Amino acid sequence: MYRLYGEMRAMKMLKTILKQLSNKPVTTTFPAEPARYFDATRGHIVFDPSKCTSCTICVKRCPSQAITVDRVAKLWTIDRFRCVICNQCVELCSFDAVSLGTAYSASVTADERGTETFEITYVRPKKPKKEHGNEE
Amino acid sequence: MTGRRTVIPFGPQHPVLPEPIHLDLVVEDEFVVEAIPSIGYVHRGLESLVDRREYADFVYLAERICGICSFTHSSTFCQGVEGLMDIEIPARANYLRTMWGEYSRLHSHLLWLGLFADSLGFESLFYNAWKIRESILNEFEATTGGRVIQGACKVGGVCRDVSNEFLSGMDKRLDDIETEMQEMTKVFLSDYTLKKRLVGKGILKPDDAYNLGAVGPVARGSGLAMDVRTSGYLAYGDIGVKPVTTSGCDGYARCEVRCKELFQSADLIHKIIVAMPDGDIATTVKGNPDGEYFSRSEQPRGEVVHYLRGNGTKYLAQLRVRTPTLTNLPSLVVMLAGAELADVPQLVLTIDPCIGCMER
Repeated sequence: MYRLYGEMRAMKMLKTILKQLSNKPVTTTFPAEPARYFDATRGHIVFDPSKCTSCTICVKRCPSQAITVDRVAKLWTIDRFRCVICNQCVELCSFDAVSLGTAYSASVTADERGTETFEITYVRPKKPKKEHGNEE
Repeated sequence: MTGRRTVIPFGPQHPVLPEPIHLDLVVEDEFVVEAIPSIGYVHRGLESLVDRREYADFVYLAERICGICSFTHSSTFCQGVEGLMDIEIPARANYLRTMWGEYSRLHSHLLWLGLFADSLGFESLFYNAWKIRESILNEFEATTGGRVIQGACKVGGVCRDVSNEFLSGMDKRLDDIETEMQEMTKVFLSDYTLKKRLVGKGILKPDDAYNLGAVGPVARGSGLAMDVRTSGYLAYGDIGVKPVTTSGCDGYARCEVRCKELFQSADLIHKIIVAMPDGDIATTVKGNPDGEYFSRSEQPRGEVVHYLRGNGTKYLAQLRVRTPTLTNLPSLVVMLAGAELADVPQLVLTIDPCIGCMER
């Protein structure tokens, strides 16, 4: 009986083995092969220094206090280890200075602490001077 | 003739335990006479942070209570805050939360089935279960942006919408996943070796299950039709849920419940996608929570309760979470008494222990 059972099981296994031989592997050889991301993947925060007005709404509303802004030195810093990629800063930024990248951020050493600093290059556009009309 | 009693420590580090729990097994010959559990290895003090984080930000922390049923924790917490503030969330948000909750159940059960097969030494079945789970995680990533920590819930609704075209694609892909699951569960439920190691092991009688407060698949494996989804929270009231029960009361029965729940969840997702209403995904939240609220949900492991107390400020005064693993621990002690020592690892797994969740 055990022999019969063993043979039946071997036949079932054979079907699975043949199926697996014809199928592609489920895993990928990252980093040789690029990782698969979806459009919606929350990978990492991308910062555009030319658009940031230092309004600090991202600093105030970040739930993990990952962002700091130095208004005097014009520096925007993000701690990638603290950031939980909740997307709040992206939703709140009205100047599109913060956006979402689909790729996961690269691994870093403990010394670097995953902190990334950007120099804010935004220049406030000059307001056009009001033209005075004739006073007549 | 009986042998001398010996105490054998089991855990906190053990090959079958993904998380630390310690059991002192009082053994006589090869049989367990008594099991004394001790917990507290991964306590993080998450609940006490509630008075230091705004309620809207605490959703992210509530989600991190557990790495598997993360979505259910965030939706239960949001449900609690919405209950305190009398907020009615849009119907689409309700349906999306239900859908992601059911996907969570699928991924949690597949994870458990894989780990369970691994604990029995059935490596290929373990890989197979986790391969199917990968497709569920892909659906999560494509819709919410996160694989395990979704971050899709917020007080007043959900953060992300899913287009109707994508939903119909998900519906079709779920059919393929179901076919794969059918093949896999056939092995779980009919394999000779698995049956030999599960049938009649770790008996939990219905009376014991009821008296010891068992929840989720542990209670349902003992024939108790206990499922919070029948109370009709979120969109479950519209869709209708009938609890899956088996009367085996043993390890096999608990495995069977989880296998059958996979298809129940898939059915529910099909129904949700068909009935998905159009409209907004979030409502504006104004004011601060005040009062007390008990928010209950059915997690993959059983009933979870979030007790919230607000004081009219943006910080909650208290949060208390009761997770299913803690409730199922007394049942585990009963299951282990009388079991053979070699059966202890997989019997511990039959309650689907989530220690990180239990100790928070």
